[in-house]
Amino acid sequence: MTKIRRWGPGLLLVSPSIFLVAVFVYGLIGWNVKVSFSDWRQAQETSGFDTSAYAELFPADTGEVGEFAGAVVTGDQPESLSTDPAWIIDLHHALLFTLVFVLGALLMGAVLAFLLDKGVKGEGFFRAVYLFPMAVSFIAAGVVWRWLMNPAPGNRSTGFNLLFDKLGLDFLRNEWYLGTDWGAAALAIPAVWALSGYIMALYLAGFRGVPEELREAARMDGASEWRVYRHVVFPHLRPVTLSALIILGHISIKVFDLIVAIGGKQLITQTPAVYMWILIYDARDYAKGAAIATLLLVGISVLVVPYLLYTVRSERRV
Amino acid sequence: MSTASATVEPRVRRPRRRRATGAQVLKYAALLFAALVVLLPVYVLLVASFKTGAEAEPSRAWALPDVWSLDAWRQAWNGEQYGLLPFLENSFKLVIPATLISTFLGSLNGFVLSRWRFPGADLVFLFLLFGMFIPYQAVMIPLTQIFIDVDFPEGIPRLVFAHIVYGIPITTLIFRSYYATIPEDLIEAARMDRAGMLRTYWSVVLPVSAPAFVVTAIWQFTSIWNDFLFAVFIVDDPEQWPVTVALNNTTGSFVTPYNVQMAAALIASLPTLVVYILLGRYFMRGLMAGALKG
Repeated sequence: MTKIRRWGPGLLLVSPSIFLVAVFVYGLIGWNVKVSFSDWRQAQETSGFDTSAYAELFPADTGEVGEFAGAVVTGDQPESLSTDPAWIIDLHHALLFTLVFVLGALLMGAVLAFLLDKGVKGEGFFRAVYLFPMAVSFIAAGVVWRWLMNPAPGNRSTGFNLLFDKLGLDFLRNEWYLGTDWGAAALAIPAVWALSGYIMALYLAGFRGVPEELREAARMDGASEWRVYRHVVFPHLRPVTLSALIILGHISIKVFDLIVAIGGKQLITQTPAVYMWILIYDARDYAKGAAIATLLLVGISVLVVPYLLYTVRSERRV
Repeated sequence: MSTASATVEPRVRRPRRRRATGAQVLKYAALLFAALVVLLPVYVLLVASFKTGAEAEPSRAWALPDVWSLDAWRQAWNGEQYGLLPFLENSFKLVIPATLISTFLGSLNGFVLSRWRFPGADLVFLFLLFGMFIPYQAVMIPLTQIFIDVDFPEGIPRLVFAHIVYGIPITTLIFRSYYATIPEDLIEAARMDRAGMLRTYWSVVLPVSAPAFVVTAIWQFTSIWNDFLFAVFIVDDPEQWPVTVALNNTTGSFVTPYNVQMAAALIASLPTLVVYILLGRYFMRGLMAGALKG
């Protein structure tokens, strides 16, 4: 009894939050999964169990599920089984975007932190400048980046293309985010711009977390400054790199605002999260929207859950 | 960005051993170049926003305005067609209550989960924390549905509720790490005096919580102000749109003159930029907390 009196009030105080998260995070995720397996594909919700939404998101080569899906989608032609072409495009975009964004931000952040690490005059100023994009919404940033990366030809050129013309660098002109092959890479540029400062701050904290004695000891042993970094500092940064990868990766998987701000609803810039929005709002295809949302969640969970468990466990060990 | 020095922290400077070498010069050149690149969009925004409609033509886009005009700002502020003012009001009506309530909730949770623990407190923390990483798309369809089902007041109130609920993980995280640094003796002393939980929170913990409140409130203010996803899914009535949705709507159409677009983007970003410039150091701490313990 006395024990309960000791910790009971605490549990009571946290219980509203536990309840809210239980319902609105876990409960609604469950509900969303249920919707994704339903036949709620038009205005009216019905109660049937239906895997057709997923069947359109996975290569449906053969099998009953695929045939069933094909029948639902096309009305009555079970032969024409195929994966939703928009979804395939989305996946390509997501992959390219992630690659450029994650590597770009990681590299930029690490380099900036490396440059700032040792006694730079005006360090505070540089840090504040690099970090400021984090305070700006993707929607506002998108307005200016869309203009900077405007692919309009000839005398309607603006932004970078115009700048290239003026500097005599015409060969650099390109279609930016409207390019069929590399559009998603161009979309990643503003994302790198937005997040590099954050990664810089993480790495800077990492650099500063390396005990000065360790560096000093290595110097005593006659190691060059580069070798001090190579063998003492960098190995200490692995946890920071891991955090940075997780953060960037999960931002990348769900990227939405930035794409909408720059590309709107065009297929040529579409990512899974944008497609989900279009499916809900324009096509009223709730089951498929929910299926995409579920896949986003799965993708992020694979990335985040092991990391969370690892972090909490190592915290307990300390 | 001249006031950006707000984040300068006192720093012990080691005596300089070398003269400015080539490497040093190169380093500063690289840092400066990076700063210019980061600020490039700001230049474009500012220059364009001060141009007149007549001058806002593509071929002169990079040049400074011939005539500095506030016309675009006026149109984006309260012009009949593009005015953002009512939407700024909506955003404030959303951000202020959502920030205050979620910050306070985070403080209570953080206190209990670090300093007034119960068996399984770490598991509960983990349970809450997961909510921070989920893509909100994965709850959006049921969430909008549930609002309709329970007849929740439409528009801003729904958004306030959503931001409070989905803000619980991050606010709890920041406060929990902060309270972990309060000396255990302080809490123990209060317990010895047979002070109850609420009393301990009120008279021992709360008085030293100011920094964590600032960090959390700034974090919540910025992310709720900048949110687009929840707003676009939850708020159907254009009159209740927060400023991000209104901005996207104005600028999404290529009909809007680009000087007005740029002024609108600046106006919509001003509140968070002001907070960043004035309280940048706390902003940074919130970021670091967001990275767990990077």
